[in-house]
Amino acid sequence: MFVPETLMTALNELTAEYEKARQDPAFQAELDDLFAHFVGRPSPLYLAERLTEALGGAKIYLKREDLNHTGAHKINNALGQALITRRLGKKRVIAETGAGQHGVATATVAARFGLECVIYMGSVDMERQALNVARMRFLGATVVPVPVGQATLKEAVNEAMRDWVTNVRTTHYILGTAYGAHPFPMMVRDFQRVIGVEARRQILEAEGRLPDLLIACVGGGSNAIGLFHPFLDDTNVRMVGIEAGGEGIIPGRHAARFQGGKLGVLQGTKTFLLADENGQIQLTHSISAGLDYAAVGPEHAYLRDLGRAQYDFATDDEALAAFHLLSKTEGIIPALESSHAVAHAIKVAPQMGKDEIIIVNLSGRGDKDVAQVADWSLK
Amino acid sequence: MQNRIDQTFERLRALGQSAFIAYIGAGDPNLAATEALALALEEAGVDILELGVPFSDPVADGIVNQLAAQRGLESGTTLRGVLDCVRKIREKSQLPIVLYTYMNPVYGFGFARFLQEAESAGVDGVLLLDLPPDEDHGEFDVPSNVRRIRLIAPTTPPERIAQLTARAEGFVYYVSREGVTGERAALADTMGVGVAAIRATTNLPIAVGFGISSPEQAREVAAQADGVVVGSAIVKRIAEFGGLADMPRRVAEFVRPMAEATKGK
Repeated sequence: MFVPETLMTALNELTAEYEKARQDPAFQAELDDLFAHFVGRPSPLYLAERLTEALGGAKIYLKREDLNHTGAHKINNALGQALITRRLGKKRVIAETGAGQHGVATATVAARFGLECVIYMGSVDMERQALNVARMRFLGATVVPVPVGQATLKEAVNEAMRDWVTNVRTTHYILGTAYGAHPFPMMVRDFQRVIGVEARRQILEAEGRLPDLLIACVGGGSNAIGLFHPFLDDTNVRMVGIEAGGEGIIPGRHAARFQGGKLGVLQGTKTFLLADENGQIQLTHSISAGLDYAAVGPEHAYLRDLGRAQYDFATDDEALAAFHLLSKTEGIIPALESSHAVAHAIKVAPQMGKDEIIIVNLSGRGDKDVAQVADWSLK
Repeated sequence: MQNRIDQTFERLRALGQSAFIAYIGAGDPNLAATEALALALEEAGVDILELGVPFSDPVADGIVNQLAAQRGLESGTTLRGVLDCVRKIREKSQLPIVLYTYMNPVYGFGFARFLQEAESAGVDGVLLLDLPPDEDHGEFDVPSNVRRIRLIAPTTPPERIAQLTARAEGFVYYVSREGVTGERAALADTMGVGVAAIRATTNLPIAVGFGISSPEQAREVAAQADGVVVGSAIVKRIAEFGGLADMPRRVAEFVRPMAEATKGK
């Protein structure tokens, strides 16, 4: 927990309450019920036949987190933390958001549980994800623009942390990814594990065996850790996290922490991050707001050190090409974040045998990105 | 071994006075100005100087200090530059200096090397904002004569206060209210309770900060604590006068009445 003393007590209380909730069958039962009836879980594991055919290699399955209520995997964690907020006796929640999916998920659970809700969002992101800003406001949340610095996700996290420091007695911070001070990386992972637990069962039902490769995009890394974690003991299942390569691996023009990053401390966590030689956090760039972030969730840094997971990147152009290819071959418009994972499948599937199996985590749907992609196509 | 922080509190304690601790952002508007400002502040009655090492993502700071950090970065201020600046101040002054910094600039520099070079530059204490004692072990547990200043917050429960003061050195920094750095109209009414709770666990001097901006507030805090920290209110004046040749003098004149207020004048 690399945070100022002002937050230590709240984090310790959160850790204690989360440990109690984990042991409480009623907590898990309520969450499972919400997953089934509010989110629409389990999400399908869908065989992408035409994409598989077009690539001519491994069989590609898509884990359809885009079909969840609110359109992404973010709702899994937001619901879990809303239940924790209620257990903590707090009536106000705050969150950061980049692409707006976590902001929408938090605004949704706040409405569902009658909590006051404030969302911090970089002003650059508010512009490129205007649809989600409107959704959050309809759901009753206050969206606070953060105009400082690069005005994207990192600055939104800073501002949310400042709010939390100030209102720590009344407010829970629903952090949106497997990042930040303990217990957040663990708690968010646990709430997202449902993705991998379902996918593992579903692929065994469909194919009678485990997949050869898992692919997920990695910003903070919550959808990826959610998919990967239940497969960690299945040593024959390879897993690759895809970071945002932006315009290529040039300092300031990408967000691929494992490509030019080093160990450091940011926003409560010791992990891999992009910093200059003086320890100042570097600018990042990605076409996808949700991956445009200077640090990676600490468990991914750990899995990479262990050699259990590999990390690669896809550029803006590769993600856009994947966005279009999936839309045209499968009738599924993916989020730009998830398009990075699809882009990697496009690269590796043709080199794999037709009897091999890939699961791609389709972490979110692309409605929010339609205007941005249309603009980009005109450039 | 005593250092300048210990000697300062000992001297003031004998006089029945409290220390006035001024926070400024290093390199705002540039490091030459920081050096001049340090000397002017000492002349105005500042007992301990807290130098903020600029960082791109200062989560514990309000907007005034965030902007100061940004100006510091724009003027090219690095941790190495701040240490050189302390070295230059040391040629002319024995004012105790505390570096206020976030972890990442230090982490990249190398933690052990940082403490070693800080000591040889003439730094007396470090306040690592995002290194609570809970994480201060292993690679961060490096012996040094540089005092590790610990923060205590109004939300810190009593049993934890004792754990924190047991690991504190130099003085204890009590954050008088929840929130980020910045001026406030009124002091927290729980301040006295907080100071008393800390006092029950340690003989170390207790400094109170966050939100203090006037001689009246400084006097009120000095009545209960051994040190009064003023930051944003000073930083705001640096921003205002930053472009003027006599900025250090103008800022020192703003500080003087607050420093005097801690001496019962």
